[in-house]
Amino acid sequence: MAEVILENITKIFADTRALDNVSLAVPDGSFVVLLGPTGAGKTTTLRVVAGLERPDAGTVSIGGRLVTGFTPAQRNVAMVFQQYSLYPHLTVRQNLEFPLKSPILKTPRPEIDRRVKAVAEMLRIAHKLDNRATALSGGEMQRVSIGRALVRNPSIYLMDEPLSSLDAKLRADLRIELKRIQAHSGATLLYVTHDQVEAMTMATHVGVLDRGRIVQFGSPREVYENPASVYAASRLGQPRINLLPAGLFPHPPAGARTIGLRPEHIRQGDGQESSVIRVERLGDQTRLHLRFKDCELVTVTDAHTPLRPGDIVKISPANPYYFDADGMRIAHGETT
Amino acid sequence: MSFSVTEPSGRQKLFAGFLVAFYALVTIMPLAWIIATGFKSPADAIAYPPKVVFEPTLEGYVNLFTTRTRASDEALQERGAPETWYQRIVRDKGMMIVGPSRYGERFMNSVIIGFGSTFLTVFLGTIAAYAFSRFKVPLKDDLLFFILSTRMMPPIAVAIPIFLMYRQLGLNDTHLGMILLYTAVNLSLSVWLLKGFIDEIPVEYEEAALIDGYTRFQAFCKVVLPQAATGIASTAIFCLIFAWNEYAFAVLLTSGTAQTAPPFIPTIIGVGGQDWPAVAAGATLFLVPVMVFTILLRKHLLRGITFGAVRK
Repeated sequence: MAEVILENITKIFADTRALDNVSLAVPDGSFVVLLGPTGAGKTTTLRVVAGLERPDAGTVSIGGRLVTGFTPAQRNVAMVFQQYSLYPHLTVRQNLEFPLKSPILKTPRPEIDRRVKAVAEMLRIAHKLDNRATALSGGEMQRVSIGRALVRNPSIYLMDEPLSSLDAKLRADLRIELKRIQAHSGATLLYVTHDQVEAMTMATHVGVLDRGRIVQFGSPREVYENPASVYAASRLGQPRINLLPAGLFPHPPAGARTIGLRPEHIRQGDGQESSVIRVERLGDQTRLHLRFKDCELVTVTDAHTPLRPGDIVKISPANPYYFDADGMRIAHGETT
Repeated sequence: MSFSVTEPSGRQKLFAGFLVAFYALVTIMPLAWIIATGFKSPADAIAYPPKVVFEPTLEGYVNLFTTRTRASDEALQERGAPETWYQRIVRDKGMMIVGPSRYGERFMNSVIIGFGSTFLTVFLGTIAAYAFSRFKVPLKDDLLFFILSTRMMPPIAVAIPIFLMYRQLGLNDTHLGMILLYTAVNLSLSVWLLKGFIDEIPVEYEEAALIDGYTRFQAFCKVVLPQAATGIASTAIFCLIFAWNEYAFAVLLTSGTAQTAPPFIPTIIGVGGQDWPAVAAGATLFLVPVMVFTILLRKHLLRGITFGAVRK
């Protein structure tokens, strides 16, 4: 395993700047999650690290070695693609053996058998080893795909939304499994997702990408509790952060355009009046949709709340975020 | 009876079956005619109205493989009793065998030139199609159009220039010349067909192989080729059928050593005119290699090997 450093990477496709001067350090043994919507440059970042894309500017180094011009094989990285991309003409076993048999690794037979067996058991596909890759369910295919990365011992694992095609139960299982594997083996992972739960639960570091730029990099807690911008703030949090005009509540700091209120920033019971529009009971929590002046906002309340639509709730902000006209955070805006 | 939207009804199936059977009958008719004629006597072959029931004879096949001469009764007596069944057939017609015909040679020429050019066409076509499919080739669309343009004129239109070029190069009436010519003509078909097949193989497989530690060439061999097998097999069948049946170039550019079977078969002359049973026998045997080749590769023609492995 090794540290991966991207410096000032720019990648341009035809007329779009997929990556714009991206610098990123993936520390050895860390689990870095790149978070952002489709088109933010997450996958391109992975492909640049893998060597599938050559950056137009900037450098990539893995384990202190400059690898910018290297082929993917020379970089010794393993990648799980978003699509299963199992070799359809091979069996599950042959798929798992494929990287070990490469001319670079040339693993001896007993070692291949040992590793394939270990990975197959870990991912619960041991009974499917002699099936054709095409005769698997979607979840099994994706596990084999992850397994094909795990049989190796690369400098870094690159994963491109590996869980997005799985059902909720399997996704939850594999999330825990991946985190366990990473914590256990000390592997370095660069993981792309747009699922904030994956980011929050697995990451040691989160990189928030917006239109080819890294807008914030830090631990999941940091990004959640101390977002650098409106964009970063709205990446994490369920329900999403409420973004309202700053003037809605008294005493906004100078230059504030937007106030950002997570549910925990909304104190219920005193302050100004708002009316309940909708009560969503999710079991463990209940979400309140409120109308405040001309705006709507969503917050969380007691699971057994007696509130009903039309009721009046008094609310006031507690340590909210303030953002300026460009959407950037105003340094720790303190109010009331 | 249950109703289903996707499953055709019994009546629809019956109609479809009838249609297929009718079409099969229409296509098989000439083939059946040729095969039957091969077993007819020369008189039966040209009988009118045509004979559907006839006494089969191997005379046509014997005539196909031998050259014969009419001999006087004394000459035949001198030779003694015929030793083999085919000598007897010839003897019954008052003739004797003086040697083998050229059919065997011509047939072998067809095999060498047909399979040789097919191999070359598919080999070159696969690597060219891969390049067109995966790499940024300057003027790609124009090049693909130029390649196709070689098929836009009839062979007869280019036969004279090719004949003159071949005479200069010493390729006239040679196996190599014919292999190169059929390769040149078929390559456009091969590149276009194979490009279509390779385009359908998701590039992710090669990327995965590159990351798994293989070079691009190794990825091509281990990942692309097995998945393109279907396309390669069907392209090979098309190319072989064309090269095998090609007549115009063969008749113009070959006469002796490298003459293929198609220009040779119609020239089989018997005593007293065209020997139709021998011609039909030659045509029947000529069908066999292509049929065997097609049947051997048939399982590759069934698509679906890659189905479902990549989520679209």
